[in-house]
Amino acid sequence: MDKCEKCGKPATVLLTDITDGKLVEKQLCQSCAAAEGVFVKSQMSLSELLEDFVMHTSGEQENASLACDVCGLTFGEFRQQKLLGCPHDYDAFERAMLPLIEGAQDGASQHVGKVPHRGGGEQKKHHALLRLRAELKKAVAAEDYEKAARIRDQIKELEAS
Amino acid sequence: MKLADLTKQAGEWLRGSGPMEDVVISCRARLARNLAGEPFLSRCSQEQKKAVEARLKKELLGAGIAPTMLYVDLAAAGDLDRRLLVERHLISREHAAADHPRGVAVAAGETVAVMVNEEDHLRIQAFRCGLQMPEALADALRVDNLLEEHVDFAFHSRYGYLTACPTNVGTGLRLSAMLHLPALKMAGEIEKALRAAKELHLEVRGLYGEGTEALGDFFQVSNQTSLGHSEEQIADEFAGGLIPKFVEYERQARQILRERQGKAVEDKIQRSLALLRSARMMSNQEATFLLSLVRLGIATGLVRDVDIKTVNEIFLLTQPAHLQKILKQELDGPARAEARATYIRQRLGAH
Repeated sequence: MDKCEKCGKPATVLLTDITDGKLVEKQLCQSCAAAEGVFVKSQMSLSELLEDFVMHTSGEQENASLACDVCGLTFGEFRQQKLLGCPHDYDAFERAMLPLIEGAQDGASQHVGKVPHRGGGEQKKHHALLRLRAELKKAVAAEDYEKAARIRDQIKELEAS
Repeated sequence: MKLADLTKQAGEWLRGSGPMEDVVISCRARLARNLAGEPFLSRCSQEQKKAVEARLKKELLGAGIAPTMLYVDLAAAGDLDRRLLVERHLISREHAAADHPRGVAVAAGETVAVMVNEEDHLRIQAFRCGLQMPEALADALRVDNLLEEHVDFAFHSRYGYLTACPTNVGTGLRLSAMLHLPALKMAGEIEKALRAAKELHLEVRGLYGEGTEALGDFFQVSNQTSLGHSEEQIADEFAGGLIPKFVEYERQARQILRERQGKAVEDKIQRSLALLRSARMMSNQEATFLLSLVRLGIATGLVRDVDIKTVNEIFLLTQPAHLQKILKQELDGPARAEARATYIRQRLGAH
């Protein structure tokens, strides 16, 4: 593989530029390309994304030794196998996992979809409110005030129930 | 209903017709679920896995999902049967190759198939032909609701349905569409299209899912995020916005091809059909290549005496495990090539 002209790392970006009317080609690594103001969009697969985020969050030694007191899995083991051991891991590793989840989920960290039919009454309400509030925000941004008023009424009704 | 019955024809979702079927072969909605109070599979002992499978098998067969349900114990099934299920997209390759208690419940017609003990305890899948994502999603949710009458799934007020891999957490929903993009490939635009897909947070894979190369002109495109939007919003964005863009891109490429190289493309298509109708031996790869061109010919009106359903079905039933199940014997490469050519000639009405 060719080396980056600036730092000698493997080059992953071929930058074609026109300077003083002349075509200039530069071979750069991703970080030197970024320093040149070239934003390289990542084209990583899902597993690469996950690995990348796990690696980022794994920087702190303390995270690696986090352990779930239910299934015994450590965060370090999760890093290697990329699979969690039990539902409680989401709480046990929350501090280390949150950036990972947000990274893999386009910044989201709150579920707003379906909730279980049984014993989920409060959660259902909670999620319905979350969803309505998001819709309200959208309606206001779109200046659809009639719709916004309707959604506000729905929110009030749900809150009072 | 027996496993051997499946080989007689393709599943309903490959035999029917659906919106945008000229480009979208089929679509799938898949929900990941895990039993509350049980470890995920990576932390289950063999005994626990066995108990989870037994429990879920009972629930799946008793939930009233479909009038007839088939349950296949994959640990006991033979290699050929497992490969048959992979070819029909009812189980993943990983599920076929695993080495622990696991199975799959298949509804008659194959519009629903539920994998037990794959990466999660349950992977509920619903299939439809063409792009009918709201219908596929509704069907998967229907199965989920039926199961939830008797089963508690692991759920978190913040993160939603909990999954073994955090990339599926929340709704647990993954949507995919099987696309046929021959014109984009011929026009040299396919790399651009696949790059665009990735920028739109879509995952592109081969025909048989994770880790498989795209075979010929067929691609499986899936969404990547499962958290932060409702199931319906995710489906709406995918099937209402993203996939139709690809359909439009492919249709435009077909239009341009016809305008600029109409005769050459027609020649390729008709030669492919002639070859399929007369060859005496045919590899899977060659059949895929030729059937893809014939499918394009049907979609663009150049081939009128064969329909898309027939091509879809030939494509499935001439896969290696299918041929061997249909003929009820193990066949080596050359014998399969001969059996494949014979079957194709029969289906396409050749002499």
